[in-house]
Amino acid sequence: MATVRELIDETPRCRSIRLEPAEWPGHRAGQHLDVRLTAEDGYQAQRSYSIASAPEDEGLVLTVERLEDGEVSPYLVDELRPGDELELRGPIGGYFVWEDSAAGPVMLVAGGSGIVPFRAMLRHRAAADRGVVPRLLYSSRSVADLIYREELTDLAASQGVDISFTLTREAPEAWPGHHGRVDRRLLADVAWPSQDRPLVFVCGPSAFVETVAQGLVANGHAPDRIRTERFGPTGT
Amino acid sequence: MSPVSRGFRGRRRPVADPSRVPPGQYVTADFPVLSAGPTPHASLSDWTFAIDGAVDKPVSWSWQEFTALPAQTITVDIHCVTKWSKLDTLWRGVAVDTLLEGVTTPASFLTAWCDGGYTTNLPVEDVRDGRAWVAYQYSDAPLDPEHGGPARLLVPHLYFWKSAKWVRGLTLTLGDRPGFWETYGYHNRGDPWLEQRYQGD
Repeated sequence: MATVRELIDETPRCRSIRLEPAEWPGHRAGQHLDVRLTAEDGYQAQRSYSIASAPEDEGLVLTVERLEDGEVSPYLVDELRPGDELELRGPIGGYFVWEDSAAGPVMLVAGGSGIVPFRAMLRHRAAADRGVVPRLLYSSRSVADLIYREELTDLAASQGVDISFTLTREAPEAWPGHHGRVDRRLLADVAWPSQDRPLVFVCGPSAFVETVAQGLVANGHAPDRIRTERFGPTGT
Repeated sequence: MSPVSRGFRGRRRPVADPSRVPPGQYVTADFPVLSAGPTPHASLSDWTFAIDGAVDKPVSWSWQEFTALPAQTITVDIHCVTKWSKLDTLWRGVAVDTLLEGVTTPASFLTAWCDGGYTTNLPVEDVRDGRAWVAYQYSDAPLDPEHGGPARLLVPHLYFWKSAKWVRGLTLTLGDRPGFWETYGYHNRGDPWLEQRYQGD
């Protein structure tokens, strides 16, 4: 069990939940956990969420995007209040993690709320102050939909993290970032070159991850250097 | 006992037959895609399927030979460890029983191995007696690469990570060798009806 300590509205659709777990075995940056909700009549629903906080952060942070036809996310984004209790299970997953020992360049590619595990990785990297400079490419619908925008901008300034944003729907007139969906050309422009054999993490909706992963392979990145995490439905 | 989540009522969708939905699962009409790396795109002219390891004689089929083997059409419910279940999915493929016909082996376990490097382990008894297939059609069409095409293992009575996408062979083993997700904290067997999601369940 964990107690909700703080709720932070990140975007109109996303909220961060800072939790104080009764017990927590620790996690690695990139792992996720299961949240289980129980109704008064005993009905239960559970879903997985990426952990947004670094292992060394105080408390455990989840950032949840409301899925309109969802069952758990609307409750977490709209109903939850400080002081509520949440049943957690985790951490889960051991592949989509940035190990301390990972040497060499790292490239992170996020679509929408796929940024969440990368926040944990970037905060972890900042805390460890390691020599590896990560690059991040973050695709979002609009400026309003960018999660952690300020924190990411600060990381870029203070930690030298090379961050590129691209907006797929609306961009302000003086937008300094990229426009449009991530494609091979944008990947070639902003990613570490394939010859450097970067470790690439891609997280986002299924179709986004599929496009990015195929684009990376087409640009010469070795498939075994590309780790993906996908969420959301696809057509049947 | 789990405590009540204040204000949570759930959005229960009517399910025709709740007895078909394992504990902790919800039914979806979508077919979500989950994979740890890029989707491999195998060329059918190079594709082979092999039975090897602790066998008297390894066997291997080309795509043409494999798709000429006696096939079955199967309608099954599938259950993903990420909580979705999909009912009445329609597949066509070759029963693992057919592939193991004529293979003599003392093995009790096997490792399914795949393009892209994915592996998963199974007790041999979980793939015998009409409980597992190597499927190459889904809903009367060639299996889409994102869903594991040209061929994936289909073991519907276990969580779907055991139904390895892009499968290229089964290596029979005397001992049990945990596969990809099994070494990353997921349950070794993965029976959805016992809710064996993670290690320790």
